[in-house]
Amino acid sequence: MRVKLSAFVFGVLVLVVLPFVLTDFRTVQLATVGAYFVAIIGLDVLTGHSGQISLGHGAFMAVGAYTTAILMANHGVRDVWTIPIAAGVAGVIGLLAGVPALRLSGLYLALATFGIAVVLPTILKKFDHFTGGSTGITLFGKPEQTGHGVGIWGLTNNQWLYALTWTVGGLVFLIAWWLLDSRFGRSLRAIRDSEIAAVASGVNRAKYKVLAFGVSAAFAGIAGALFAINVAYVAPDTFPIQLSLYLLVGAVVGFFGSIWGAVLGALLIQFLPDIVGLIPHVDTKQAGPTTLFFGLVLVVLMLVLPIVLRAASRLANRSYFGAQ
Amino acid sequence: MTNFIQQIVSGLASGGIYGLLALAIVLIHRSTGVINFAQGEMATLSAFVCWTLMNHGWAFWPAFGATLLLSFAGGVTLQAVVIRPIQSGPLLGIVILTIGLLIAFNGLDTWIWGGAAKQFQGPFSTAPINVGGVAFSKQDLGVIAVAFVAVALIGALFTRTRLGLGLRAAAVNPVESRLVGIRVAAMLALGWGLAAMLGAVAGVMAAPSLFLEPNMMQTVLLYAFAAAVLGGMDSPIGAVIGGLLLGVLLNLVGTYVHWIGGELRLATALAVILGVLLLRPSGLFGRAALRRA
Repeated sequence: MRVKLSAFVFGVLVLVVLPFVLTDFRTVQLATVGAYFVAIIGLDVLTGHSGQISLGHGAFMAVGAYTTAILMANHGVRDVWTIPIAAGVAGVIGLLAGVPALRLSGLYLALATFGIAVVLPTILKKFDHFTGGSTGITLFGKPEQTGHGVGIWGLTNNQWLYALTWTVGGLVFLIAWWLLDSRFGRSLRAIRDSEIAAVASGVNRAKYKVLAFGVSAAFAGIAGALFAINVAYVAPDTFPIQLSLYLLVGAVVGFFGSIWGAVLGALLIQFLPDIVGLIPHVDTKQAGPTTLFFGLVLVVLMLVLPIVLRAASRLANRSYFGAQ
Repeated sequence: MTNFIQQIVSGLASGGIYGLLALAIVLIHRSTGVINFAQGEMATLSAFVCWTLMNHGWAFWPAFGATLLLSFAGGVTLQAVVIRPIQSGPLLGIVILTIGLLIAFNGLDTWIWGGAAKQFQGPFSTAPINVGGVAFSKQDLGVIAVAFVAVALIGALFTRTRLGLGLRAAAVNPVESRLVGIRVAAMLALGWGLAAMLGAVAGVMAAPSLFLEPNMMQTVLLYAFAAAVLGGMDSPIGAVIGGLLLGVLLNLVGTYVHWIGGELRLATALAVILGVLLLRPSGLFGRAALRRA
């Protein structure tokens, strides 16, 4: 526990110092990383802890992002106050999605959530009086609704976005940490490891599985709201199926079942294009190479992770018995 | 009335393509219990290989034959290299791995061939034939015929040959199959090879009408899932009939239900998936899975 607390404090310190040593451009990029971080924590609660797979978490992000965009553009709500509303709307939709999900086995849940993510952009385009259709919703030129920190603490606009995103990100992390350490988290892991044993021990399977969907979707909604505030623009093609699949890659990179790895996954989603660009003779202006490497990272991890985990558990056992 | 028949005919033509890809998905699901999310991208890759061969002056049929062989070899290799090591692990691990393959193949296609759509000259003419006001092409008829030939061949393989018996046995009970001398690992690899080959047929048949580009099969994959689920995930003939039904259904709903129109075509397919999974998980032709309590 003490190690984890010091790790958290260290992480907060690093995050506070970073915007003062990095360029403005990198600060913006790290703000987007914050949004991915929150989304991956959400996915980790659902898939890593309750064992329900979602290939469509970008859809919940879209719900949050559109909630924020519509509230800001059409109703003049300040950016900060749209975040809890986005969480609420996405959370309720998540709870509603969790009920039919109870009836689907893992394989078919993967299929259904994949389908939702593929279909979502076409639905956003169809109901254009609400969502702005293909052109989307622009949030530029609304200084009275955003950038509170600019006047108060003398921050640049980008530093403000960074501060907002990571403050919310830190809060989400603490909430997730507390939730997963409590009865809620233990119940989820019990269900994941063996539904029959969990039910036999008195865990309310349906309640916790649906709740996991709600919490996870609420986090994804917050991530979407932060994303919209950062980019100041949402459109159907901001949330393609690729986004959902990259979130899955991020969650796997962050080791499913531990929210601590989420920051690794989020960094990977943002910076893999830059990393791939370092390989000689690879042109990352074209989408192909980056996409290829995203896929390869996932394939290699899925092959290597079982070996790593087995080795890790063997090591852990040895030190345990070695103490005798 | 003419329009009604027209919609059914064109629905059958696109349904043939959905059915072919669904057949590949069903084949892998039947033999390994996994849904291969990369099936569509593997089909696109095969179509690109065929296009490249034809671009180097090959005629269609030799290029098609070579593509089928290469796809078969590719499927077998893929199974042996990336699927077999985690075959005994959790099912979802394998599914997530096929997601990785989906992303990787899409990136590979874009990297090698670029994102621009390419003309693909198929074996059948796309020139419209007009019968009593209903227009269709030899391409449309060809696709439907190919779908039925494919399902007949697969059916014959599974029910009339020793090899098919081995394939089925390995799928149903790998441990006891090994005890009676069936080479289970080879059978599973063979299943992937056959599926890759069927996917190649689907990709090459789709390319003339959809135009060849890296995302060509991305929406087709969802339609194929809907077709496979509708037909029952384990039934080859169900996959093809599910595909044809789905093609017709999507066209009719798109034409006659105005608030759905063409824009919610994908959403309708998703509704089919969700509806069947929640109300009748075994589909039209599948057998309900029995579970020991």
